[in-house]
Amino acid sequence: MSESRNKQRKHLVLLSTLALGMLGFSFALVPLYEVFCEVTGINGKTSNAVVVKPTTVIQESEREVTIQFLAQVARGMPWEFRPTEHQLRVRVGEVNLTSYYARNRSAQGVTGQAVPSVSPGNAARYLRKIECFCFTEQYLEAGEAQQMSVRFYIDEELPEEINTLSLSYSLFNAPELEASSLALASHPQ
Amino acid sequence: MAEIAGHTIPNRSPLMAFLERWFLTTNHKEIGSLYLWLSFVLFFIGGAMAMLIRVELFQPGLQYLEPLFYNQMVTMHGLIMVFGVVMPGFVGLANWQIPMMIGAPDMALPRLNNFSFWILPFAFTLLTSSLFMEGGAPNFGWTFYAPLSTTYGPPSTDFFILGVHLMGVSSILGAINIIVTIFNMRTEGMTLMKMPLFVWTWLITAFLLVMVMPVLAGAVTMMLTDRHFGTSFFEAAGGGDPLLFQHVFWFFGHPEVYILILPGFGIASQIIPTFARKKLFGYTSMVYATASIAILSFVVWGHHMFAAGLPLAAELFFMYCTMLIAVPTGVKVFNWVATMWRGSMTFETPMLFALGFVILFTIGGFSGLMLALVPADFQYHDTFFVVAHFHYVLYPGAIFGIMSAVYYWLPKWCGNMYDERLGKIHFWTAIIAVNMTFFPMHFIGLAGMPRRIVDYSIQFADFNMVSSIGAALLGLTQVLFLYIVIKAIRGGEKATPQVWEGAEGLEWTLPSPAPLHTFEAPPQFPAPQEAYKHE
Repeated sequence: MSESRNKQRKHLVLLSTLALGMLGFSFALVPLYEVFCEVTGINGKTSNAVVVKPTTVIQESEREVTIQFLAQVARGMPWEFRPTEHQLRVRVGEVNLTSYYARNRSAQGVTGQAVPSVSPGNAARYLRKIECFCFTEQYLEAGEAQQMSVRFYIDEELPEEINTLSLSYSLFNAPELEASSLALASHPQ
Repeated sequence: MAEIAGHTIPNRSPLMAFLERWFLTTNHKEIGSLYLWLSFVLFFIGGAMAMLIRVELFQPGLQYLEPLFYNQMVTMHGLIMVFGVVMPGFVGLANWQIPMMIGAPDMALPRLNNFSFWILPFAFTLLTSSLFMEGGAPNFGWTFYAPLSTTYGPPSTDFFILGVHLMGVSSILGAINIIVTIFNMRTEGMTLMKMPLFVWTWLITAFLLVMVMPVLAGAVTMMLTDRHFGTSFFEAAGGGDPLLFQHVFWFFGHPEVYILILPGFGIASQIIPTFARKKLFGYTSMVYATASIAILSFVVWGHHMFAAGLPLAAELFFMYCTMLIAVPTGVKVFNWVATMWRGSMTFETPMLFALGFVILFTIGGFSGLMLALVPADFQYHDTFFVVAHFHYVLYPGAIFGIMSAVYYWLPKWCGNMYDERLGKIHFWTAIIAVNMTFFPMHFIGLAGMPRRIVDYSIQFADFNMVSSIGAALLGLTQVLFLYIVIKAIRGGEKATPQVWEGAEGLEWTLPSPAPLHTFEAPPQFPAPQEAYKHE
C-alpha cells in the first residue's frame, strides 16, 4: 500500500511540475516570440538597436528602390504626426536622411513612443536605421513642434524582388513614464 | 442551529446533513453528480443567452438588444458553454465512470477532487456577476483578443480574469487527479492497452489540460498586469505586440478544442460496440489516432490566424499540419463505421445520439478542412461559416456526446431506465433542430455575413429566420431532456446490472444503481461472463 502511495506522490509531483513548467513556458513565449521575429525578420519588426555605420565605406550600388513613409497616431494621443516626405527614391547602400514632423496639440506636455513597422515583412531586416526617434521616448511641451529625423540605409542584401518598401510609425501615448527623465533623453544637445 | 456549532451531535438537522454530504463529499460518484448538475444548470444559462442572440437575429435591424449587450451575450455564451458546460460535463462523466471502468474504489486523490469541483461555482459566480456591473460584462468575444480586452475592456474584465484563473486551477487539479487515478488504480490485469476507450481518451485529454491550461493562465495574467501594473506584453506603445496575444491564446486554444471533443470520441467508442454487439474495430489504431490528434494539436494554432498577416511559410506549415489531423480523425470515423458493419444493431437513444455524433461531427470536420485551406480561409474568416463549423463540432459533437453518455450510463447511476419513448422524441427533435439552426449558417457565412455583429444585411434575412426558429426548438428539446433525466431519477422500470444486452466492461458487473462504494476489493479483469448475470 505504501509503495503505491509513493508512486502516487511521485506522479503528483511530476504532473504539478509539468503544469508549473507550462506556466513558465507561457511567459517564456514572450522573449521567444521577440527573438524569433527579429531573427527571421517576419512581422515587419525592425531591430530597435542603433546600427553603427560600418567603418568601411558602404558599397553603393546602381540599384534603386522606392521607400514610402507612413504615420499613424494611436487613439488618445493628441499629437499631429506626419512624414515630411512621403516617398523617396534611394540607392541601395546609400545613407539617407528624412524626417517626421510632430506637434503636441494638447495643453500639457506629453510623452510619445513611436513603434516602427516595415512592409513587406521580409524587408524589415534590410532597412538599417543609423539614427531614429523611435529608439527613445519623445517628450513635447504643450504646443511644441519638432522635426524628428531618421537616418537609414538599405542593405544591399535586400531580396531582388522587392522594389518598394514602406516604413510606418505608430505613435503612442506613453503616460506612465516620467516626463523629466525623458525630456533629457530626447534633447541630447 | 447555533447549538450545533462546535459539537459533535449524532443526529444532525436534515439541512446540516445535506450540506455536509454535498460540500464535504469525497466520493467520486457524488462529485461526478455535482459536476454534471453544474454543467446542466450552466447549459440552460448559456442556452438562454443563445436564445437572446437568436431572437435579436430573427430579423435584420436592431429589435431587442443594445449592440453592446449583444456583444456581452456572444462573449458570455461562448465562455459559459466552453468552460462551464462541456468541460465540467466531461469531468463529471470521468468522475463517475473512470473508477468504475478501471475497477478502482474511488479517485486517487479524493479531497483534491472535492476541491477542484467546489472552485467552479465560485469561478462562475465571478464570471456571471459581471453581467450586473457598471459597464457590463466582458464584450470582446470568448477569445478576448488584446487590445480589446486590455486597453478597451470594461472594468468587469478583472472579474473575468480571476474567474478564468479559478477555472484553470480547477481543470488542472481535476486532470492531475484523473491521470494519477488511471496510472495507479487500475485493477490487476488491466494493462494500458486493455483500458476502455473512454478511459484512454480521458487520459490523453487530461495531459492536454495539464499542458495548456497553465498557458491560458499565463495569458490572462499578462492581461491583468497589462491592465493594472504597467507592463506591455500586448501593448504596442510599450514595445509589446497585440499579435503575441493571439499566438499565446491559440497555443492554448487549439489543444482546448480537442479537450472538448476527445472524451466524446471515447464515449462513441463505448456506445457503438454495445449496440452493434461487436467488439470495437481497430482498438489499437483508435488509441494511436487519439494520441496523434493530441500531439498535432500543439502545432496547428496558426490556422486561427491566417488573416492576421503571418508569413507565407508559416501559413503553409499550419495549413499542412491541420490537413494532417484529418488522417487520424478519418481513422476514427472509419473504425466506428467498421464496428457497425454487419453488427446486429439496435437503436436505443444512446445509440441514436452516438450515430448523430458520428455523422454530424464528420460534417463539422469537413467544414474544418475547408477552413484549413489558407486561400479559402481568407473568404471564410470571421464569417458565420466559422460559427457553423464550430457549432457542428461542439453541439452534435461534444454536447451530443455528453447526452448519449448520460442516456447510456443513467440507468447505472440511478437504477431506473429512462423513458425510451421520450428519449427518442428528444433525439429526433434535437437532430432536426440542430441542423435547422446551424446548417443555414454555412450559407450565410459563405455569402459574407460576419460573426459577432448585432445587425445584418437584408439578403441574409430568410436563413437567419430559419436558424432562429431551429434554435427555439433546440432550446425546448433540452427542457424535455431535463424532464427525462428527473423522471428517471424519481422512478421507472428497474434497470438490470448489465442494463444493455451487449454492454461489456467492469461497470456493468455492478448492481444498478451502483452503490456509493464499489470495488473495495479489486475485481477480476476481464470480467467473467457470469459476472454480468447476478441479481
